Amino acid sequence: MRVSNLCGGVNALGSRVRRIDEGFFEVDAGGLRYKELNTILRILDRRRIHRVRLINVEGQRYIGTGLRNISEIEVHGTPGNDMGAFMKGLKITVYGNAQDGCGNTMSSGEIIIHGSAGDILGYAMRGGKIMVKGDIGYRGGIHMKEYHNLKPIIVVGGSAGDFLGEYMAGGIIALLGLNLDGGSAHEARYVGTGMHGGVIYIHGEVRHKGGEVVELDLERGDRIVLEGLVMEFSRNFDMDPEEILDREYYKLLPFSKRPYGQLYAY
Amino acid sequence: MKSYMLPEFNVYRDLERCVSCQVCVNQCTYMVHYYDEEEDLVKSREENCVGCLRCAMLCPTKALKIVPNPTSYRENHHWTRESISAIKVQAESGGVILTGMGCDKPQYTYWDRIVLNASQVTNPSIDPLREPMEIRTFLGKKPKELSIEAGSGRYSLTTELSPQLKLEMPIMFTAISYGAVSFNVHESLAMAASESGTYFNTGEGGLDRRLYRYGDHAIVQVASGRFGVDPSYLEVGAAVEIKIGQGAKPGIGGHLPGEKVSREISRTRMIPKGTDALSPAPQHDIYSIEDLSQLIYAIKEATGYAKPVSVKIAAVHNSAAIASGIVRAGADIIALDGIRGSTGAAPKIIRDNVGIPIELALASVDQRLRDEGIRNEASLVVAGGVRNSADVVKAIALGADAVYIGTAALIAIGCTVCQKCYMGRCPWGIATTDPWISKRVNPLIASKRLSNLLRAWSLEIKEMMGGMGINSIESLRGNREMLRGVGLTDKELSILGVRHAGE
Ligand code: SF4
Ligand code: SF4
Repeated sequence: MRVSNLCGGVNALGSRVRRIDEGFFEVDAGGLRYKELNTILRILDRRRIHRVRLINVEGQRYIGTGLRNISEIEVHGTPGNDMGAFMKGLKITVYGNAQDGCGNTMSSGEIIIHGSAGDILGYAMRGGKIMVKGDIGYRGGIHMKEYHNLKPIIVVGGSAGDFLGEYMAGGIIALLGLNLDGGSAHEARYVGTGMHGGVIYIHGEVRHKGGEVVELDLERGDRIVLEGLVMEFSRNFDMDPEEILDREYYKLLPFSKRPYGQLYAY
Repeated sequence: MKSYMLPEFNVYRDLERCVSCQVCVNQCTYMVHYYDEEEDLVKSREENCVGCLRCAMLCPTKALKIVPNPTSYRENHHWTRESISAIKVQAESGGVILTGMGCDKPQYTYWDRIVLNASQVTNPSIDPLREPMEIRTFLGKKPKELSIEAGSGRYSLTTELSPQLKLEMPIMFTAISYGAVSFNVHESLAMAASESGTYFNTGEGGLDRRLYRYGDHAIVQVASGRFGVDPSYLEVGAAVEIKIGQGAKPGIGGHLPGEKVSREISRTRMIPKGTDALSPAPQHDIYSIEDLSQLIYAIKEATGYAKPVSVKIAAVHNSAAIASGIVRAGADIIALDGIRGSTGAAPKIIRDNVGIPIELALASVDQRLRDEGIRNEASLVVAGGVRNSADVVKAIALGADAVYIGTAALIAIGCTVCQKCYMGRCPWGIATTDPWISKRVNPLIASKRLSNLLRAWSLEIKEMMGGMGINSIESLRGNREMLRGVGLTDKELSILGVRHAGE
């Protein structure tokens, strides 16, 4: 397939695209506006290309949104806000940091971030997995909910900002705290505020927890789940799982599925 | 604690007429009527009565009279029955008072203080029965100018048009979510919208798969809880609406209590069964106009720029400035919901005191967008207590492109505005998810009633337009010359942009 054909009407954009292998293309995102970059991705998507490498990414938003066929995107550089918004069934790997709104309302798929990520990571995600090697910003996993056979998962290697797991209604968040040196605590406050479903696994103290959660020791089932996640996390980021698992964890669970049941006079 | 509440209604049963058929016993979802076997009599517990009138309407012998209880507190102009009983309820429960439907206070209604014009002598009125009358409406961003290319004898439009919604009449069904109302009501609205060539709005509770076939006539909503939002939901709707606020409860969120989250509701909202469905006040990815723009474009990216994106806000003090920001953020439609906007459940104190009347908000938003030269960038849809076709005509003359109706639609189905929707036991089968009660709404009949209402209003709108000598809704839009105020202050008139009657 010739590259100029590939981009049809948007010839100027065609020069950005390079074929690497059967069904594998590279796109130079340097200097492109997000709309241009995403137009290229949509065209590739329509051609049933399944793997794309983006190089020189410079903060373009919505990478991975509205795609159906591409199954893998590598991002080199720094993607912009709302990467993977409303995403379904795609795997995005970021070799760098991601910004705010990563995985916003995503349904399924996987986001692997080799650096850190910004605020509202996984807002209202209801399936799929996000793994971040470094830290995340405020309100990670807010409104996350599980449903039917979908169970969203967020694993954060480092630390998190305030309101982690706010309004969480299902799924799993694991905060591994790998960058805490002995005895220091996560800066996060209001962890699990309004939480009414799901579970948060944490290594290390947090500064303050929401009034809707209880802190409990891990049970056997939790251990198995956490082990599975840590194995996967270590594979993704080439780390030693034993070292990660060889530390103390506790879990936060919501008191009730009905946190605000007693508010009203009927 | 002994309750000091008085029953709100008295239930009178004419024993000469009553045949003890027990229809009322079976119909009342509040257990007011019961059959006393010993005495072979049907009796009532009137303290439970909410005045929905289901029994009175269905009683085969018309034996029932439901009357507001004349025994009231010693009320006066300041301490009304409402304020006294609210204090008693709160002193007994310590809770927030909930209510349903829209604000019922008289002071916010401007529609009734605005009158319409008609032609006499100098320009002829038009008879809509014999002359074409155009009320078809398109919603979406309009180009500032059109460029046309002339070929050999052929002309073609070269301006790229933005996606539009096509309405056969300037009326749509407002956001009402499945969960707040029964599936049958959602289906009725969907069917009527399809039949009548307009749109229904899913509300923030998602769209049941069984209704995907009405997707061409659905506006799908995205709100803070993101219930039921996934790529196929965004794909199936004709437009997507981001809900920022709601007229009945500006600035606060809502929640569907866990006991209403049944298997079906859980499937549609895509949340676990039995958990509270929380919609917090803010969307935490939107703290600014720039953030709003980000979500608008996330939706446009997700839907390939193929459908209009609407942003719904409650009418509040500086709506005009906010609306300007919304247009600049890239919205194709702005939905404005006034203080009389309805709800399935809201704290009464908020419903009745927060927000501003839609008439004033509409006039100021329309004016502001005109002044800034961006009125064409987005369509304006208003909601909040539109009761009849005259309200629609007045709204359009004040600058709206179309209106949303909610309460009016539910009344067409059977609602008697008892304001107890939050109880989830609506005897009319509307504001409930109980499968047994919701059977009372038959979608075939209910959608017919809704379509009839739209048809009737359309005819009336044409009559009124004809009377003004206007044959296209386009010429009515923002045509405030067709309006006059009655008994309004100079300030009110200047905000509405209309002159006083007699001027
Ligand atoms: S429905 Fe009418 S006739 Fe039948 S039991 Fe009730 S009051 Fe009597
Ligand atoms: S929908 Fe039902 S509960 Fe709500 S006001 Fe109407 S009749 Fe009453």
